[in-house]
Amino acid sequence: MKKIMGERFAEYRSPEIERIERRLFLRRGLSLGALALLSGCNITDQESVQNMLLGMSKWNDRVQGWLFDPTKLAPTYPESAITKPFPFNAYYDEDQVPMIDGNDYRLELAGLIRERKPWSLPELYALPQASQITRHICVEGWSAIGKWSGTPFRIFLERIGADTSAKYVGFKCDDDYYSSIDMATALHPQTLLAFRYADQILPAKYGFPMKLRVPTKLGFKNPKHIRAIFVTNEYPGGYWEDQGYNWFSGS
Amino acid sequence: MATAQQGRWVRVHPLVVRITHWVNVLAIVIMVTSGWRIYDASPIFDFTFPASITLGGWLAGAVQWHFAAMWLLAANGLVYLLYGMLSGHFKRKLWPISPRAVAADIAAALRGRLAHEDLSIYNAAQRAAYLALILAIIVQVLSGLAVWKPVQLQTLAALMGGYDGARLVHFVAMAAIVAIVAVHVVMVALVPKTLPSMFSGRIRRQS
Repeated sequence: MKKIMGERFAEYRSPEIERIERRLFLRRGLSLGALALLSGCNITDQESVQNMLLGMSKWNDRVQGWLFDPTKLAPTYPESAITKPFPFNAYYDEDQVPMIDGNDYRLELAGLIRERKPWSLPELYALPQASQITRHICVEGWSAIGKWSGTPFRIFLERIGADTSAKYVGFKCDDDYYSSIDMATALHPQTLLAFRYADQILPAKYGFPMKLRVPTKLGFKNPKHIRAIFVTNEYPGGYWEDQGYNWFSGS
Repeated sequence: MATAQQGRWVRVHPLVVRITHWVNVLAIVIMVTSGWRIYDASPIFDFTFPASITLGGWLAGAVQWHFAAMWLLAANGLVYLLYGMLSGHFKRKLWPISPRAVAADIAAALRGRLAHEDLSIYNAAQRAAYLALILAIIVQVLSGLAVWKPVQLQTLAALMGGYDGARLVHFVAMAAIVAIVAVHVVMVALVPKTLPSMFSGRIRRQS
């Protein structure tokens, strides 16, 4: 009692009021939380969570586009570091790998490309070639080092008169896989249209007749068994991307 | 007796610390449980986390949660660190830490005799635990960046022994965070009067 009397009237009252206000605030907060939990059961709210997560994934696409340095090279390794055997990986089992006849094969081109004539394998093999030993990193977390050889994709895009100011390059594959990448990554010096693995013509399990090797992106952004390439400004998505995996998936 | 029971209200936790603490709880819970799901897709060790305690439902969902909540963790952590350094909060509450006092306090805690008379002052064991948690989260963010961007941030990844090294650091720092949080929660359960003060910021001093 003495203590209270010793303090000024205003100072004595305000903590009480504060406490009541705080209690009200907390109660309101709790009931809001309870409401959120309850409505968590209905689908529209789960949809709003989905929308939030997809919105963040799109935001992360943009951030990764800013972070991407078109001159920064992925680390390369000596031959001794190559992972043997290099793991097979696809959305299907190894016995379902498509068997493609190289003699009949033609690479089709579409979209914002000046010369859209199909390419045969001998014509592709005659293009300038480059090799790289780089790390393939899977979205699952594992990684493996391999050696790929082929044409720098930038050279190919320039050769066919692709509009390199367009946003996307898309890929359609003979195993019904499809994917797409940003133009900056397509023009990166280490992005290869790869025809060989470990100095041998790409075996079926690694993507015959060609795979896009992108050492600056996760493994699923490296489509195999490519049948058609197109350049576009319309977001093309991808097999895994359309199911919720992040589109840019840069490393 | 009556005055002793009523006591005097003392401010023990500033508002910024309370807000960032609870936002951090949310961010860490999302990051750890979604991280477990991502780990399960390709385990480093001979075990996986039970799916029932993970977040995301499948790998893509877990990755979405992980890369959404990382912004919450980073932004909230930045506010906390800036506040802690600029306001003098760290210097006031976490400093000094003497290894001898930490050892003495841990020994006292194990015997169940750790003093908690004045909650506005962190004992040496608390100081060590909170500082270790701050450092573990910083290591966790750095190793996470290295795992996410082993090409763009390859110097950072190289510091941790490359991509696989960064994955290992990311796992070890997670384990450290979970261990420190577990001890922290047990201590709160043993001294329950500390919990309301983490909401209200005040405690009634018995004097």
